[in-house]
Amino acid sequence: MTLIDLANPSRFLALASRILPWLVAATAIVLAIGLYQSATAPDDYQQGATVKIMFIHVPNAWLSMFVWSIMSVAALGTLVWRHPLADVAQKTAAPIGAAFTFLALVTGSLWGRPMWGTYWEWDARLTSVLILFLMYLGLMALWRAVDDPSRAARAAAVLTLVGAINIPIIKFSVDWWNTLHQGESVFRMGGPTLDRAFLIPLLVMAVGFTLLFLTLHIAAMRNEILRRRVRTLQMLQAGRPQDRA
Amino acid sequence: MTPLGPYASFIVTSYAAVAIVVAALIAWVMTDYRRQKKRLRDLEAAGTTRRSGRSATDLS
Repeated sequence: MTLIDLANPSRFLALASRILPWLVAATAIVLAIGLYQSATAPDDYQQGATVKIMFIHVPNAWLSMFVWSIMSVAALGTLVWRHPLADVAQKTAAPIGAAFTFLALVTGSLWGRPMWGTYWEWDARLTSVLILFLMYLGLMALWRAVDDPSRAARAAAVLTLVGAINIPIIKFSVDWWNTLHQGESVFRMGGPTLDRAFLIPLLVMAVGFTLLFLTLHIAAMRNEILRRRVRTLQMLQAGRPQDRA
Repeated sequence: MTPLGPYASFIVTSYAAVAIVVAALIAWVMTDYRRQKKRLRDLEAAGTTRRSGRSATDLS
């Protein structure tokens, strides 16, 4: 099966129904291992047990950017190739990405209070992630505001691509500006600065949350395709002669 | 599990927030799936079928 075959919604539904049970199982297993490792990880010599918040904060923060990146690729699919599943992928990723971004903000805030002495600071990293969260909400509102799905898809695709400018700003904000938020400690030149006792649970949790996103996204795409079938059948029903009388 | 120390409430609240939001996402996806399947079944029961003749709830 080639990628172009998946452009057919019926083939996508068939594939989704086959792989979703495996994805659910893999997500549950990896997250269970990650949670166990997080619970049994040692305390940090400076942060104490609050380092455990890192194991959920960082995967959510990473996914907040990853989901927008996926949506940007889907936006190109909508605008350039008019791929039948591209706007389905984009539309269904937005609420999931908004949830992960919300969790990154909440867990970061709860981590910041004991470590920095404040829940919130208007520094570059925190502010740019808040803007990302607002952009997710704006995109969801746009989908709801435009009745015609194809017009909504194009408008949302343009907004998504414009909003993609924020992703490198978030990523490099800790390098470009003097921020309260700590610098990059995992994906950096010269390797991670984290000790293996923290790095391994963090990476397992990151894989677990990424699997969770893939599972939720494929399930939500399946739902959206069914919703569009409902809409098509409702239009057919409305057009039937016996229903017009 | 190691003791959570003086900031236990921040740690527990963080994990609880993640659990609640993830549970809400899972519930949203599952209830939406059931709702769409029911709507399709109702439409087919009312005699509205796809042009291909295949069942709209057929995912295979």
